[in-house]
Amino acid sequence: MPDPAARALPDLSALLTGYRPPRGVADELLRPDGSVRPVWRPLLELLAGESADGLRQRFARGEQYLRDAGVYFRQYGTGAATATDRDWPLSPLPVMISSEEWMRLSDGIAQRADLLERVMADLYGEGRLVSDGYLPAELVAGNPEWLRPLVGIRPRSGHHLHFLAFEIGRSPDGSWFVLGDRAQAPSGAGFALENRMATSRVFPDLFPAANVERLAGFFRAFRDGLNDLRDDTGGRVAILTPGQHTDTYYEHAYIARYLGFMLLEGADLTVSDGRLAVQTINRPEPISVVWRRLDSRFCDPLELDEGSTLGTPALVSALRSGAVTMANCLGSGVLESRALLAFLPRISERLLGEPLRLPNIATWWCGQPAERQYVRDNLDRMMIGPALTTRLPFDGEATTILGGKVRGGATGSIGDWLEAEGARLVGQESVTLSTTPAMEDGRLVPRPMVVRVFAARTRDGWAVMPGGYARIGGGVDPTALALQAGGSVADVWVVSDSAVKTDTLTAAAGDGALRRMPGLLPARAAENLFWLGRYVERVENGVRLLRAYHLRLDEAGRRTGPLLDHLAETLDALGLDPDEPLPEGLLTLFDASRGCAAKVRDRFSVDGWNALNDVAGTARAFAGRIECGDDAARAMSVLLRKLAGFSGLVHENMFRFTGWRFLTMGRALERAAHTAHLLAVFADPDAPDGAMDVAIEVGDSVFAHRRRYAVGTTRETVIDLLALDGGNPRSLMFQADVLAEQERLLPTADAPGQLSEAGRRILRLRTDLAVARPVELDGDRLQEMAAGIAAISDLLTLRHLG
Amino acid sequence: MDHATLYDISLRIAYAYDAPAAASRAVLRMLPLTGPGQQLVTGFVDARPGPAVRRDGRDFWGNATVEIGYDTALEEVEFRFDGRVRRQRPDDGLDLSCGLSQLASELAAAQSLHPLSPQHFIGTSPRVVPVPEIAAFARAATVESGSTLAAVRALSAALHGEFTFDPEATDVTTDPAEAFRNRRGVCQDISHVMIAGLRGIGVPAGYVSGFLRTDPPPGQPRLEGTDAMHAWVRAWCGAETGWVEIDPTNDMLAGVDHVAVAVGRDYSDVSPVRGTLRSAGTHTTEHRVDVVPVG
Repeated sequence: MPDPAARALPDLSALLTGYRPPRGVADELLRPDGSVRPVWRPLLELLAGESADGLRQRFARGEQYLRDAGVYFRQYGTGAATATDRDWPLSPLPVMISSEEWMRLSDGIAQRADLLERVMADLYGEGRLVSDGYLPAELVAGNPEWLRPLVGIRPRSGHHLHFLAFEIGRSPDGSWFVLGDRAQAPSGAGFALENRMATSRVFPDLFPAANVERLAGFFRAFRDGLNDLRDDTGGRVAILTPGQHTDTYYEHAYIARYLGFMLLEGADLTVSDGRLAVQTINRPEPISVVWRRLDSRFCDPLELDEGSTLGTPALVSALRSGAVTMANCLGSGVLESRALLAFLPRISERLLGEPLRLPNIATWWCGQPAERQYVRDNLDRMMIGPALTTRLPFDGEATTILGGKVRGGATGSIGDWLEAEGARLVGQESVTLSTTPAMEDGRLVPRPMVVRVFAARTRDGWAVMPGGYARIGGGVDPTALALQAGGSVADVWVVSDSAVKTDTLTAAAGDGALRRMPGLLPARAAENLFWLGRYVERVENGVRLLRAYHLRLDEAGRRTGPLLDHLAETLDALGLDPDEPLPEGLLTLFDASRGCAAKVRDRFSVDGWNALNDVAGTARAFAGRIECGDDAARAMSVLLRKLAGFSGLVHENMFRFTGWRFLTMGRALERAAHTAHLLAVFADPDAPDGAMDVAIEVGDSVFAHRRRYAVGTTRETVIDLLALDGGNPRSLMFQADVLAEQERLLPTADAPGQLSEAGRRILRLRTDLAVARPVELDGDRLQEMAAGIAAISDLLTLRHLG
Repeated sequence: MDHATLYDISLRIAYAYDAPAAASRAVLRMLPLTGPGQQLVTGFVDARPGPAVRRDGRDFWGNATVEIGYDTALEEVEFRFDGRVRRQRPDDGLDLSCGLSQLASELAAAQSLHPLSPQHFIGTSPRVVPVPEIAAFARAATVESGSTLAAVRALSAALHGEFTFDPEATDVTTDPAEAFRNRRGVCQDISHVMIAGLRGIGVPAGYVSGFLRTDPPPGQPRLEGTDAMHAWVRAWCGAETGWVEIDPTNDMLAGVDHVAVAVGRDYSDVSPVRGTLRSAGTHTTEHRVDVVPVG
């Protein structure tokens, strides 16, 4: 047995040259004496043995994963309108923490979670903490997150809190402390998962053997915990999101997919007779458990913020009558108030009979004379901010004082300010954070970090996720941790001495929660998929018409002749200006398609989303760069190929959920309506020369026509091929068949075998097409059919999407 | 009973919609309170057409609530209260309230989250945020007041003198700062301004919605605010005196002519009809009150 120290190890000294943590702070990688902590060794050895090129390739794999997965964050400009989606700023080096240390930390986290539950129960129950002098009344009564309609409501589950997060940092002495508790609707757990996926791709050789605790067990326990909270009425678990405009919507969609829960918005839900239900394409279906990702006060315009358009009227009432369990219960935002940190140590002694095992950042409420004086006397090591803010320290915010210096341009004496506004202010110890290595320009540099840790209530009590969501400063300044300020994020590896149990969320055999439940499709999701199908088809039709126009324009050299005029008029009628090489109207249609897809990201494959973004981005890039004629025609061909890629992904790879049926029906209806219109305009006996060829070309049936008819295009061959031939996937008949097939498979409460109203209209369309001879399908009949197609769309909308 | 008056009261609030809402929800606060000086003898809150769902309860402040829901589209709906209330004449006792300078320490000693605790009524509330101009006005109006109650009366008198009662100047959403700038409005505006003023000088203050006797007793002038629901203010005058109700629109302490329906921090806590019914398309409203003494 060779002495491990005697093994030929890569020389770490080159790697560590220049890695100098600032004086007086703890470092994750190096001990105070400068030696490397053992949990970091395998990673460092790998890094030391890797060439610069090899490192670049590793990091590129992580970035590629994130791009493919569509992970992004939203960078806000000066207004909401200027928000843009940015690449996910992953620092590829994980933060290494030993599992022994993590167990101690978890113990403190679980205690703190219990304490918060007790505080919540008191604030929405007896109010003893206030009347007994453990918490000043004004910090509760004046707190906008303390929601009076919730007072007296006892949660059906017996608990207010089910999922919490804690922002923690490490003191210079090496111990951990809490910077802030996250109880409202904590985010980050889904991003932690994505960071793990990406980081394990950066180090695929290291990760499997490194005894890294896996995350899936935590999520399974939480998911099972939520499923256990259902009552016996058959209600389901849903995730409530504010929708796509929130900066964490990506995570909501991701975690909904990962856990297999429905992702709903407030408008999807109704409360009727005290029960909560989701409006599906068929009927209301009961919801029994809500994992809430929407801030409490927006959840119910009836009893909470009356201006909210994100909520569900009477949701509080449903909670009151015990019809739903919420994780976390409404009103939990009050636990995030900064001032509460000043009182938690004493409250812990009172409610738990023991001191906090995991301390929080030292905090003084300046509404108390002695505490205010202390803050005044120690200004140089204080951060001063609003007492009732729920933002975390280091999240830059106006009029916060740091080390006696005013940020944000507030003026006047700090002492006077404290006297006048004391009750609205807290002082917090100006803590330092530990540093962890990040790779910049091929060198390791120490950067300040905080870690978000997650705790979930499970069958066996609080479970702490073995890992976390680390945020790393872009420079040495700890106030620049925010992604908005150039910070980055990193995975956290909890490393065990022995082999860990590996599993994933989906692989567990015999897992009760994995039994299949019939899928439910919320009406709003169905509507978005339906319109996504319509818009993408509308884009494609527009692109084909534009290509036909520009090809002929190129041949003619200029816009002349009745056929070009005819095409230009048709384009104009569709809102596409033929004089713009890439009309603004087309970009608007792309935006509309993206808008629909963005609202159903949880039901839509990442590849499909990326393909749609790709083609929309290409179109935008073409705008202003291409010219009319041949150039534009070529550009349209590029867009058509990319659109085909998107359609292929959707129609070849998407599972035949009910949602897919709506997407498909939307496409078929749009194609049918467009084809009927196209034939009415271009197959008209009075249409200019060459119009029949345009119809065949725009109908993408040139090749089929050549094979099928030995003659050139005549009105009859065109009508036959584009309207009546059920074998042609561009024909009206084909669309009618698709509609009939899909509509029949929709879930319905109607008597089996009975035709719905929409089904009746579809049947009539098919019959009309089946018996018609080409010569009979004149312009009037085609317009009639177009009206019938519109009626089918209306009936489907009324029945399923209303 | 010498000092008690019985009133028969009816309230009608009606909406007609251009574009009916598919389903709707509302919470009604229309049933008068029972408490010291006032008892609901009999009475009932009702909606026509009859709702699909109805649930009666009480809110945090103790106000009676009726939650109703319709599952079908409504073109019109009417909410009504009919009932009888007994109202006693409040004592016109001595002013034992503490001085304004002492109020802060009395407030600090009131460590409770009970609905009557003054702690709920000192900071910002949904409809009343601090307005420096109003606070300055209140400070100027009360500079000579020897007690909290005297300050409350002085501010009521000052606002009554400044404000012109003008139903056209404001609507239900007007914020106090704007009403104060224009010195015009109705009972809701004047009450909100007074609440902002009282809080601005450190006096906890809340909002009361209710009714006024429709026709004045013989020989007395008709009061402002009798044809619709009325609003006034309650102010906390220290631990000893507690809450005092005052009507700045008529510059008088709330008396035997005032019948309280709901209390809260501001209008948002007490609005008689709150919910999706109100915002469904454009609508016309009818709002009628009758308060008739019966002996």
